[in-house]
Parts: sequence; C-alpha cells; structure tokens
Amino acid sequence: MSTNKDMNLILKIWRQKDQKSSGKMVDYKVNGISPDSSFLEMMDVLNEGLISKGEEPVEFDHDCREGICGMCSLYINGEAHGPDRAVTTCQLHMRKFKDGETVTIEPWRAKAFPVLKDLKVDRSSFDRIQQAGGFISVNTSGNTQDANATPISKYNADKAMDAATCIGCGACVATCKNASAMLFVGAKVTQYSLLPQGQVERKERVLNMVKQMDLEGFGNCTNTGACEVECPKGISLENIAIMNREYLKASITKED
Amino acid sequence: MKTSIARKVSMALSAFFLMIFLLQHFAINVTSIFSGETFNNLSHFMGTNFAVQYIMQPILIFGVVFHFVMGFILELKNKGARNIKYAKNNGGANSSWMSRNMILSGLVILAFMGLHFYDFWLPELKIKFVDGDWSGVLEGETGLRYFTELQHKFVNPIRVAIYCVAFIFLSLHLLHGFSSAFQSIGANNKYTRALSKFGMAYAILIPLGFVVIALFHHFNHC
Amino acid sequence: MSVLDAKIPEGPIKEKWTNHKNNINVVNPANKRLIDVIVVGTGLAGGSAAASLAEMGYSVKAFAYQDSPRRAHSIAAQGGINAAKNYQNDGDSIYRLFYDTVKGGDYRSREANVYRLAEVSGNIIDQCVAQGVPFAREYGGLLDNRSFGGVLVSRTFYAKGQTGQQLLLGAYSAMNRQIGKGKIQMFSRHEMLDVVKVDGKARGIIARDLVTGKIERHSAHAVVIASGGYGNVFFLSTNAMGSNVTAAWKIHKKGAYFANPCYTQIHPTCIPRSGDHQSKLTLMSESLRNDGRIWVPNNLDDVKAIREGKLTPTAIPEESRDYYLERRYPAFGNLVPRDVASRAAKERCDAGFGVNGTGEAVYLDFKSAIQRYGKEKALVTGNHNPTDTEVLEYGEEVIKAKYGNLFQMYEKIVDQNPYKTPMMIYPAVHYTMGGIWVDYNLMTSIPGCYAAGEANFSEHGANRLGASALMQGLADGYFVLPYTIGDYLADEIRTGPIPTDTPEFDAAEKEVSDTLNKLINIKGTKSVDHFHKRLGKVMWNNVGMARNESGLKEAIKTIREIREEFWKDVRVPGTTQGLNTELEKAGRVADFLELGELFALDALDRNESCGGHFREESVELDGEQKGEAKRDDKNYKYVAAWEWTGDAGKSKLHKEKLEFNDIELKQRSYK
Repeated sequence: MSTNKDMNLILKIWRQKDQKSSGKMVDYKVNGISPDSSFLEMMDVLNEGLISKGEEPVEFDHDCREGICGMCSLYINGEAHGPDRAVTTCQLHMRKFKDGETVTIEPWRAKAFPVLKDLKVDRSSFDRIQQAGGFISVNTSGNTQDANATPISKYNADKAMDAATCIGCGACVATCKNASAMLFVGAKVTQYSLLPQGQVERKERVLNMVKQMDLEGFGNCTNTGACEVECPKGISLENIAIMNREYLKASITKED
Repeated sequence: MKTSIARKVSMALSAFFLMIFLLQHFAINVTSIFSGETFNNLSHFMGTNFAVQYIMQPILIFGVVFHFVMGFILELKNKGARNIKYAKNNGGANSSWMSRNMILSGLVILAFMGLHFYDFWLPELKIKFVDGDWSGVLEGETGLRYFTELQHKFVNPIRVAIYCVAFIFLSLHLLHGFSSAFQSIGANNKYTRALSKFGMAYAILIPLGFVVIALFHHFNHC
Repeated sequence: MSVLDAKIPEGPIKEKWTNHKNNINVVNPANKRLIDVIVVGTGLAGGSAAASLAEMGYSVKAFAYQDSPRRAHSIAAQGGINAAKNYQNDGDSIYRLFYDTVKGGDYRSREANVYRLAEVSGNIIDQCVAQGVPFAREYGGLLDNRSFGGVLVSRTFYAKGQTGQQLLLGAYSAMNRQIGKGKIQMFSRHEMLDVVKVDGKARGIIARDLVTGKIERHSAHAVVIASGGYGNVFFLSTNAMGSNVTAAWKIHKKGAYFANPCYTQIHPTCIPRSGDHQSKLTLMSESLRNDGRIWVPNNLDDVKAIREGKLTPTAIPEESRDYYLERRYPAFGNLVPRDVASRAAKERCDAGFGVNGTGEAVYLDFKSAIQRYGKEKALVTGNHNPTDTEVLEYGEEVIKAKYGNLFQMYEKIVDQNPYKTPMMIYPAVHYTMGGIWVDYNLMTSIPGCYAAGEANFSEHGANRLGASALMQGLADGYFVLPYTIGDYLADEIRTGPIPTDTPEFDAAEKEVSDTLNKLINIKGTKSVDHFHKRLGKVMWNNVGMARNESGLKEAIKTIREIREEFWKDVRVPGTTQGLNTELEKAGRVADFLELGELFALDALDRNESCGGHFREESVELDGEQKGEAKRDDKNYKYVAAWEWTGDAGKSKLHKEKLEFNDIELKQRSYK
C-alpha cells in the first residue's frame, strides 16, 4: 500500500489554441494529489482548479479510462503513456511520481497526427489506413458459412489475437524517433494474414495499407524497437517483420 | 523505391552486401598478422584481378554510395515526419543509443572511409592508373609492396587512434544494423534470438579484429 | 389498446421473425442509394447497422463523438458473447437461450424480441468469424466456449478478456470498407444535439462538430440512435467518461417514449473507490467469483482496526470472518446472480463492515482457492508431501494462469498484491437495461426514428445476463434493423432528397444554439463536474442498489434542486466556437439532470422488486426466502414507457402489457 501522503507537482504542459495557432509550454502547479489517483484524475484536478480561477482547462483525449479504448495519449516526461510499462495514461498512477516532481506533458508529435488543441491530436490517419484495406470483404448476411466450418489452428488464432489486441492509441508513432506507424499497420496486416478468411485479399491489403501509410506522412521504421516497449498492449516487433515479408511477397507476386 | 518498406528493404540488402564485404576485407587483412607474404599475394590478386577490379569494385562502390545516400534520404524523411520536436524525450527508456544514432555512427564511418581512401585507395589509383604500374612491386624493391605500405600507415599513433575510434563506431553501427537488417527483410522467427547473438558477436569481433590488426602493426612494424 | 403498439407479428413464437421478414416491404436496390440513413453512435449496434445498411446500398451518415468508431465503449466488454450454437453438445438451443434470457430478465422483457435475439445469435458468430474476429479456439481449431453468468450451458464465445474490443473492431472494419467506398460518410468528433422532425417523421439531426464548434444540419429518410446506455447518470460507473444519454434524451424530448429507465445493472466485482478524486470505476470479470470467497470481518472492532491500518485481513482468523454470501445463499454461495451479490455487499457495508477508508469495500479472497489448487497441482506433479510454501507456489501458479491479467490490473490500480492479500471489491453501475421504447421493428414512437443496442429497452427486461449485451448490440445492427428499416423506407422512395433549409431545421438549429449559448453565458461559480458528482451521489444513495419510497421522493426533489442550481450557477469556460470539452460535458450533464428525475420517478412507480430494481417495500415477508426480492406480476407485468410532457417530473406513463405465452413465470431462488 502506498503512503497516502498527498503530492504537489509542477506541470509543464503544451498549450495550443487550435490547429492553426502555434503553441508553447506553460507551467502549472497542482497540490494535494492523492498517490492513488490516476494520471488523468490528476489532470481533472488541475482542470477543476483552472475552471475555478476562470481559466480555460487543458484539453486532453480520454474516454474509457480502463486502458482499452485507445483514446488517451500524452507524452509524459519524454515517454508515451508515461514511465510505467504496459499501461495507457489512464492506468498510470500518481504513485509512480515523486512529491515535488516536475512533470512534462506533451501531445503525440507526428506530422500525421496534427494537434487539434492543447494535448488533443487528430489520429484519423489511422482510420484512413484501415479504410485502405484493414478489413475482409464480407457482407452481412445470415448465410455466411458456419463459424466452425473452417478450423483455424489455435496457434494462429492466438497469434492473430495478439496482433488484434492493438488499441490504436498511436503510442508507437509518438514514441518512434521517426514517427513511423509500422507497428500499428503491421499488427493489422499480421492479424489477417494469419487467418484463412484474410487470404483472398492478402496481397492487395498489405500493398494498399502501406501505400496509405506512406501517403499520410508517417516516417520509416528503423527497427529501434521503442514502439514495442512503449506499446500499452505489448504488440510485438515481429508484426513489423511479418508486414515487411508480406509486402515483399505481395510486390513480387501480385497479379496485375 | 517509392514506398517506405521498399526503401527499408533496400537499406537492409545493401547492408548485407557491405557486411559480407567487411568479412572478406577482414579475412584478407588478418593474414597480415601471420604472414606478410600471404597478405601480399592476396592483395596483389585483389588489386589486379579483372573481375575484382572492374566488376566487384564498382558494385562495392555502388553499394557503399547507395547505403549512405539512402541512409541520408531516410534520415531526412524521418526527421520530416515529426515537424515539432518533443520538449522532453527520454529515448533511452525504450531503445538503445545505437539504434537511435545510426546516422551519427554512419557519418563517422563515412568520414573514416574518406581517410581510408586517402590512405590506401587513392595511392593505389595513382600507382595503377596515373603511373600505369600494375606490377605490385616498388622500384628498387624485390617483394610485393602491399605489406610494407600497410605497416607504414600504422606508424603514426594519431592515425592508429583515429582508426580505433572509427572501428568503435563501426561496431556500434553493426550492433544495431546486423539484426535490424534481418528484421527489415522480414526475418523474425524462431531463429531470431540466436541470430541476434551471432550479430552481436559479429558486431564486436570484426571491428575488434581490425583494431587488433591496426595495433599489431603499430607496435610490430619493422 | 394503448398508444403503444409493439407490432409483434402473429403466429407461433418460432415463426414470428421468419414470417415477419417474409412479409415486410423491401426497397428496390436502385432506390436504396437515393435513401439516406443517419446512424448516431458507432459502437457494436451503430457500427454494425451502419456497415450493413451501407452494404445493402443505402447512403449512410454515421456520427461518433470520439475520434474514431473504434473507441466506442462496446470495446470495454470483457467476458464474451452468447450464441445458441450448441457446439459443446450440452443441450443448448434457441429456446434455451430465449428461456434463460427471459428468466434472467426477471420476466420483464418482450418474449417475441428475445426469441428473435436467440434466433439470430448463431448468425452473429458466423458473421464475426467471416470478418476475421480472432475468437479463442481449441487445439482442434474449432471455437472454444465457456460458461458465463451462472447459466447451465457453455455458450459464450470469447476473445481473451477483450471480446467487446474484437467484435467492435470487426464492425469497425466492416464500416471502414464502406467508408473507403464512400457508402458511409463518417462524422467523428461530432455530437448529435437534436433530432429534426418534419410532418411528424424523423428527417434529420442537428450535430455539433466538436473540433470547430460548428452547428451542422444533416437530413435523412430515417435516423437510427445507437448511442449506448446512460449509466453515467450515477457519475461513477464503469462506463466511459463520455458515455451519455444526450442523443436518446433528445429524441425522447421530441416524442420517443423512454422505457423502464430505472432498470440498472450493478456489477458486483468492481475495484472500489479509493477517494473523492475518483473519476470512474473499473470492472473486473465476474469469473473471479468462481474461485474467490467474499467476506467481511464479523466484528466492528476488526473493521475499525483494518481501516486504521493496524490490522491486515490475512491476520483475521476464520472464526472472525463472515462469508456472508455462503451464509445467506448456501446453494449458490459466491455465485449468486449479479444483483443479489451486489445488494448483499451493500447490506454489509451499510451495516458498517466495509473494509477500506471509504467504508465501501468487501474482500474477495483467493486464499482457499490457492490452497486447493496448490494441493491438486502438487499431486499432479508427483509431490505427495508438499511443504506449505510449495503448496502456495503451486496454487499461485494456477491462479495466475486463470486470472493473471485481472490480478495484474488490480495491482496496478490498487497497489496491493492480490496473491498475498485479499482483493477489495464493491459493486458499480455497469449497464442500463432501460432505454428508448421501440416496437418489434426497433422503431421508436417517432416514425422513422429507430433505436438499437443498449440505447433501446427491448431485450434484457429488468436484468441482463452476462455476455448478452454484445449479442444484442450486434443482433440489432447486423440482423434486425437492416431488414425492419426497409419496411418503413419502402414508402420513402418517392420522397427525394430532404432539404435542410426548411423552417423545421431552422427551428431545431436555433434551439440547439440557444441552449449552447445559454450554458456558456450562465458564467456561474461551479464546474460541470461539481453538479454531475452531486447528481451521482443522490442517484447512488437513493436510486442505487436498494430503493424505497421516501428515498425516491427525496431524490426527485433533490435532483430538481440540483438542476435548477445548475442552470443558474454552472460555469462553462471558453466559447461555443472551437473545441470545448466543458461545453460538451455541460450539455450531457444537463440531460442527465432531467433523466435522473425520470429515473427516480420510474423507480417510484414500480413498487415491486424485479431484476436490478429492488424496492425495499417489496420483499418476501416470511418463509425460506424471507427478506429476498419479491416480484409482483399481478400489478407490474408491464413496460413503463414514459412520454415527455415538458417536465421530467410530470412525464406521462404508458403501459405496455407483457404477455408470456411460451414461458411460465417463476420467482427466482438462490437459497
């Protein structure tokens, strides 16, 4: 059990009025933070204070606050989702910080993730990559074949699940020194490449998704491995290798 | 070369080529410790063989140039993918220094190659193509010249020090580059762990070998 | 006949849906693309509906307040999805799933709707597998099932502890395909702020672009509301921070009846509140109760010592512990249904036995399971004389394999090691069975306006079974709405594009802008959260797990007071232009403040205990069941559908009588 002594912190936070304005780091003080509160609850306290002083609160993305929706972001003290491992910012607790500490809070930084306001960024580039091929073309109907008609080896099913665990938060991009989205794209490509349902569109999928990824302006992977370390869901670097392989195979053997 | 993955793979393929070349370069150089004569013979063969000179060498030059030009292009593109830098970035928390500074180690190696060419390659070109001397024997001497030239180069302690520092950077470059190249071509499987250990051995032993050769000739020149 | 026509098809229950599908109107493929459908909310129900409608050829506009459909709170569902596939050969059938759902809902749901749900459940699994949803599989490569929520068969399909996520990503991928084709226009970071009615029919919505603050008009031939549940009226719940009632409430105020608002599911195994800073509660899978024993100390001195940190739970001897579920319900013990387990925890904590600083926590202890599994595993590994430490190690290994991720999550949040010291749990609001009243076609009482998923009231009655929420959301979106909406749209093929420069749109937009401006211009002294927290406290204390007449009346009064104060004294910083989260929150809380009152009114009207709704006045007075919930089928076998009359407290009640022709009504017993 942590000591219940409340903490005081100095926060350095990126403030930016809107997409067109330029922003700057602004210092704030928060006092009386419970070490048992989550990082976002600390932000709530800060905002309550700002509102009561008549200032504009700090905008930040968040929703489920249980580490699955992928909405929360924040680059905290130089790391995506802060210093703890295998958690999103909403699951990061203040006991990971020291009383009196200065905490730097920045938005995800990438050309493909423009800042909307303060700490909120636009991650629709991820959606567009998925729209380029992150699906299996099957219409809804009551007549698809029975779910058990095609057995899938447990090994492949589990591996596909591991890849599919990605929550699309963008920490991989934020943390990558090149702002590369290859872990995100790799995970999706891998998931479908391992399943029989994904075979028909296997080649176009990887080619189209990679093409869209490049168009969005993400950087190139140089295999530093930082994404895997910072990924709240532990998506493996192997997914990038699989995507590279899939891409090579598809470019060499594509039909048209 | 239009897509990110194609660039990445081409980077890896040129790296494989250069790593194989490095191994071959080392294999020849290391003979200089044991036998000046073997070294001389091998050097003369490499320096005068048609295939090596007119086929292998241009490929090698292309490989080197390609690797560093592509390296620069990627570095610029990657820098551009993040237009505003972080005020605070703790890269050390999630990745190795080597992996984040390939451009730096690469530049040191490039600079070293300048010196290395000045030391060995340019004189070779002068002798062969300006003076037209393909004999491999210096005037007034009897044996082949290569071993002697090699030893002369390593008399100067400053040059030896520069060589050693460059090899340390080569090692740093390889420590990330070796396994990274495999990852880039999609080879990440059950052999990856063993391969990365092998890669680490390669990245340390080969540059260390070059350092040993340099130091050996510095302290043992006749 | 009341104004409520459920439009349940004639015929035997098994044939209703098939016959209905055969007889309803369909829209010619060439005409479909001339018809616009708006879908508000892109979780399981909305996402699957949007994708399916677009595949059929309709022009779909989909709206989500998050930055992507993939963020909807359906994503947080852990356990699984039910389907009557009978893959495990344990006697499951459509009828059994239907029966379990109606019984689990304490006989307050519509039989025909539930039967249809059970009927299409199998198709959902087929569809999801075809989409590439990586469900858990057995070594033979076939789908794995588990038993869930105390039912007698294994019919729950799952994808690790992230079933909701995988199903949502499946629906999201289907949407993406249609967005890529231009068949769905996706409006993310948009919030619907009103529905527009033209000649009595739903013809469009007013939405706010949450990034620019611009108020937009969107027209359509039909509007589907799939905006989820309203558990956040309690402030603290397991819902996402942004989950809200606004879309549902706006259509309610324009004429859609709101049904059974008081039916709330309170989940027993959540991580307790640690203090006033808390913004939301985290659920842990119900499966923990399979191996954990729930207890509190049986004397208040120990409780006091624990709270002061002078005593640790592990130091309390067996005879000083009260395993109250095992004591009260010897037959089911720790596995009693969610509502029973939740109320029992509240009863103990109200009596002063809560074991943390807030007084709202009970222990969930794995020690005996660790011992039992440890001894078993020791034997299996050939160690016939294990030491105590070895038993502990073996046991912890087994527990780790079963619940490792949950234990890790608990440790991250609470900072205690649950292998060594008992977990603390407390019930939390989790799901709302009530919602917009819909007929068999999922149409609300506004023609052309539909409600799907948690936003409607239809399938779960007074209590929802585990792993049924995902089933209902996808059933509505993939297999019900796409058919039934055609019946209505078949008459719209001659309507043509609906203009937005009409007086109806003008009026609706003006109303929305006025409300936003009003909120900004109050310039009071207290934040939105301040009011939301106060509302939540009233709801939790008086309209929570146990309700009584005086408490409900007091709640109604207090909520009105809070609402009045809110409209006088709330402070919303910034302007209506641009991104302004506080403004978004203010609008949502304003709606919660009205819904809360209706919620309490409904609970007051229903003087019976059924499912998640427990009235202290309606309990068994004697016999073996003494003190347990007592349902009153004679007086309350109806759906309470409330009509907005301009004031939440004066809403008009319409009753839809429930008929049970295929199931015999019984009182639940877990003794």
